[in-house]
Amino acid sequence: MEAAGCSSSRPPRRRRPEMLPPAPGSAGPSRPYMPSLCTNSKNPSTKCYGDRFIPDRSAMDMDMAYYLLTEPKKDQENEGMVPPAKQAYRRLLAEKFLGGRTRILTFRNKPPEPQGMLQQISAETQTSSQINPAKQHRKIPKFAERTLDAPGVVDDYYLNVLDWGSKNVVSIALENTLYLWNSSDSSTSELVTVDDDNGPITSVSWSCEGQHIAIGLNSSDIQLWDASSSRKLRTLQGVHESRVGSLAWNSNILTTGGMDGKIVNNDVRMRSHIVQTYRGHEAEVCGLRWSGSCQQLASGGNDNLVHIWDASMASSNPSLGHTRWLHRFNDHLSAVKALAWCPFQSNLLASGGGGNDRCIKFWNTHTGLCLNSVDTGAQVCALIWNKNEKELLSACGFIQKPLILWKYPSMVKLAELEGHTSRVLCLAQSPDGSTVASVAADETLRFWNVFGTPEALKPAAKTVHTGMFNSFSHIR
Amino acid sequence: MASRTVSKDIITLKGSAAIVSEFFGYAANSILYNRGVYPEESFARVKKYGLPMLLTQDEAVKTFITNLTSQLSEWLEAGQLQRIVLVIMSKAAGEVLERWNFNIVTDVEVVEKGVIKEKSDKEIMREIQAIMRQVNSCISFLPCLEEPCIFDVLAYTDAETAVPFTWVESDAKLIDNPQMVKLHSFDTKIHKVDTMVSYKVDDLDDDSYIASFEA
Repeated sequence: MEAAGCSSSRPPRRRRPEMLPPAPGSAGPSRPYMPSLCTNSKNPSTKCYGDRFIPDRSAMDMDMAYYLLTEPKKDQENEGMVPPAKQAYRRLLAEKFLGGRTRILTFRNKPPEPQGMLQQISAETQTSSQINPAKQHRKIPKFAERTLDAPGVVDDYYLNVLDWGSKNVVSIALENTLYLWNSSDSSTSELVTVDDDNGPITSVSWSCEGQHIAIGLNSSDIQLWDASSSRKLRTLQGVHESRVGSLAWNSNILTTGGMDGKIVNNDVRMRSHIVQTYRGHEAEVCGLRWSGSCQQLASGGNDNLVHIWDASMASSNPSLGHTRWLHRFNDHLSAVKALAWCPFQSNLLASGGGGNDRCIKFWNTHTGLCLNSVDTGAQVCALIWNKNEKELLSACGFIQKPLILWKYPSMVKLAELEGHTSRVLCLAQSPDGSTVASVAADETLRFWNVFGTPEALKPAAKTVHTGMFNSFSHIR
Repeated sequence: MASRTVSKDIITLKGSAAIVSEFFGYAANSILYNRGVYPEESFARVKKYGLPMLLTQDEAVKTFITNLTSQLSEWLEAGQLQRIVLVIMSKAAGEVLERWNFNIVTDVEVVEKGVIKEKSDKEIMREIQAIMRQVNSCISFLPCLEEPCIFDVLAYTDAETAVPFTWVESDAKLIDNPQMVKLHSFDTKIHKVDTMVSYKVDDLDDDSYIASFEA
């Protein structure tokens, strides 16, 4: 107790026999007796009986070993290693008896924090932990970085008409036409216009490598296109009975969700492409997302349900009937379209409910427990996680500022982004994670630099600088 | 001539309180400088106690210490102050790393009856000088403060002391299992000040030292 007596100074070195690591080679009395398991080279006459796995116990003195193992523990207890409960009790006693006579006071206004010192230290020692505090002050732009016209975008909550491929190309379906917008050179191209019998396009999804694009149609057909050569690769027919509103890729598997409530895994390399069918939804499947590990599939439907499907649990034979879901969440009160797997915690899923529900819910998909639920006040259309920070962007319908950035897990609103004048339909995240594209019923496609440049990309910018200095030295 | 030397050796309660609070102001400055709580360049050198002392030029810190010493001398005059503790904490985690303890024992007779004591200024200064020298040399044994730190001051007063508006009650901000080093003390015959520093032991270093020593 420091408060009790300041005049009594302690011996400078603390006693801690229990914490000493046994020094190798030292055979002091505190070291428990351990018979050597390997053949003793010093004494060739001793035969080793046990084998590698079953040691010979004849040489062991079990009683002695037990005594030696347990003895130090008793010592500790006797010699003032006071259990925490007792310590707390002593402290309380001391406070009651000694503290009653004093009052510890401190200024309300704290002394100023050393400001300049922090920069100095972080400049001196380039450890990441000391740079982090400065990183917290990321400026979040409140307005869109770029706005593009999106005339004729179908104002339908249940469709997924926007995606951003890994090759930095944004694809957006406007009625019957699919447009590609290359974000590196800001060029626009038209990939395909489907005829009126098939259209409009109800869902768009880039494959993982960013080369191929899958298009779900109102007619229940699914088309696969090669984006670089603008060539149609194949059409998947007969998968669903009505429109295909949601798509998700898992390497070669294209998972499709239809208005018929079916979720189908299609292996796009195979002639008979239907690999699995998940039956669990009674109404249109409008949200489909594979987890980052590609082991779990989350699906949300117009029947207010969220299902988690385990890829390894699925039966490969479709004739066996339906594969059972791993988890079924029926806490949402409205259709669930917004689904987002957390990039930094593999079993965390965020889901957002429709107009009657208005909640963002967080799920542990291993245990199936709801971790948190937050009322956003409006229909949740889409959710996207920040890849670098624990933040979540939500797109809501029918409120003034439909895009809200949340801090996870506190769910404090960090920013509200202004611009869209009508409800946001879909969100898509750039491959580097910094920018989010949003398409809204006001027929605009807006780009928001909401998540900032990831830390990993910044050193790359630095090397450019050193290159510049190198050129200077060449001049001299 | 003789009368002048006599008058110099007389010390009143008020004078003693002024000496102690001034001492604490200088000690606090010295600790903040020596422990690197504020940047080196924000301190300026002055001569005091026959030693070069460093005083902060940072207005905010200056104001804080001035307010502190004026309140302390008020309490010292009333004989209500038992202890002053300057706490150094890590800025990020708020973990208490060092406590500079100034224990004050007040002569009750002086406060209650107004007895006047005798001790020469010179002697007191010499004692304070010894403490200041020790404070300056503490860097040699205190563990390095490797992260940005903040400080705070705790005043232990009598329980019946009224809490001024600008002050609040605080916990003791103790260090678990601290290492303590007692420094010199000084005595004005009215206030006796004991100085002690307690600090958090760097566990890792200590262990490796013992292990290597015994191996």
